[in-house]
Parts: sequence; C-alpha cells; structure tokens
Amino acid sequence: MAKKSYVAFFWTLFSAGGVTAAFLLPVHVFLFGLAFPLGWIEAPGYDSLLGLLQSPVTRLYLLVLCVLSLFHAAHRFRYTLYDGAQIRHLNGIILVGTYGGAFTGSVVAAYLLFLAM
Amino acid sequence: MKSNPAYQEFHPQWYRTRVSPYWWLLQWSHAKFMLRELSSVFVAYFIVITLMQVHALGQGRAEHAAFQEFMTHPLVVLVNIVALLFLLLHTFTWFHITARALILRVGGKRVPDPLIIAPHYVAWVVLSGVVAWFVLGG
Repeated sequence: MAKKSYVAFFWTLFSAGGVTAAFLLPVHVFLFGLAFPLGWIEAPGYDSLLGLLQSPVTRLYLLVLCVLSLFHAAHRFRYTLYDGAQIRHLNGIILVGTYGGAFTGSVVAAYLLFLAM
Repeated sequence: MKSNPAYQEFHPQWYRTRVSPYWWLLQWSHAKFMLRELSSVFVAYFIVITLMQVHALGQGRAEHAAFQEFMTHPLVVLVNIVALLFLLLHTFTWFHITARALILRVGGKRVPDPLIIAPHYVAWVVLSGVVAWFVLGG
C-alpha cells in the first residue's frame, strides 16, 4: 500500500503541474523568451521588474509555478525514459535524476525567491 | 512487491521480442506521443531560465543587463522558439486529454468534449492576459 500512495502522490503533482504549465508557461516563454529579447514588445525596465518581484504575491506565484512545473516535467520525463529509451533497468538512477532534480530545483527556487532577495 | 517495476514476482521469464528504442519513429501517432512527452524537457528548461532571471534581478542592474544580453543570443532565441512550440503542444494536448479524462454529466447526458475544451482555451487566454498585464507594469 505504501508504494501505491507514493505513485498517487507523484501523479497528483504531475497533474497539478501539467495544468499550471499548460495555462501559464506559454505566455512566459513568449514574453521573456521571444518578445522582449527580439524587441517585439518593449521590455519592462529593471526597476519595474524588481518591484514586481518584491511583492510576496509574485514570489509565491513563481514558487508554485516552478515547483509544480518541475515535478510535472520530472514525472513525464521519467516515463519518457522508460517508454522511449527503454532503460527501465536504470530505475534507481532515473528516480534520483528526475524527482531528485525537481526537488533540487524547488529548493533553489525557494532560496532565490525568499532568501536571496 | 519490489519497488523495481522491471521485476514482477512469479513471472521470472517473460518472453518479449525486443523493441527498438526508435519504435516511436515508425508511426506518426507514436511520434506525436513522444513529442508530447518531450515537452517536459522544455518546461524544465524555461523554469531554469526564469530562475536565472530572478537571480540576475536580485544581483543588480549589470547582472540583469548581462542576462538580457544572453537572451538575445541567436542560439538561445532558437531554443526559445522550439520551447514555445513544445509548450503550445503541451497546452493543446493537455486541454484535449482533460476533456477525455473529465467526464461531466448534465441531466444524465455526458457533456461533449468541445464544451469542456472551449472554456479551457478561454481561461488560458484570460490568464495569459493577466500575466502579461502584470509583467508589462499593470
């Protein structure tokens, strides 16, 4: 039973992250990844962005976006490695690499958003 | 049960023909599935970019200017174009899977998929607008 609950736990994170990434990430990639660097839209200034980031609501929003998206990606990529590359025998390494990576990324995100600022 | 999914108790010797690691290239529906799964790489990629920007903003003006300079590098722009395409693929497929998974019944009849998918697109446009509004200074 213990195993089943851990499967359900990661699946719930996968699902929540899938929703978050689907609704919110495309606009982030469009603005910060293409529209601002290519000058399609004038990028907000340093003070404006820093001001936005100093609001606790923005930080909490970014933390939730980062944590859920990372666990979503980790879960999906884990199964991509099983099904696509067919390296199920490397399960231990894959678990550490995917969920461990998402966990590390979440800790870094929490540090950058709430401690380093 | 062992935690290793490759091991099944009482089935020590499955007979399985070997499947090529490139099995998903042979059929378009399988390739689409694999492309959808690979969107995860770009989701993680852009979270890293976002955190790099947060870090640069915290470090000061010069560091943030250097980050913006890095984002204009043609290779980064190219990766971002690919990332946006994969993220759109994720968004579209996610909404359509949701309609398959979410079975709503009204008056004993199942709500047809398009009626579940359409509000997702509307909510997506609205949320994207809200994010852009905040980013562009309200």
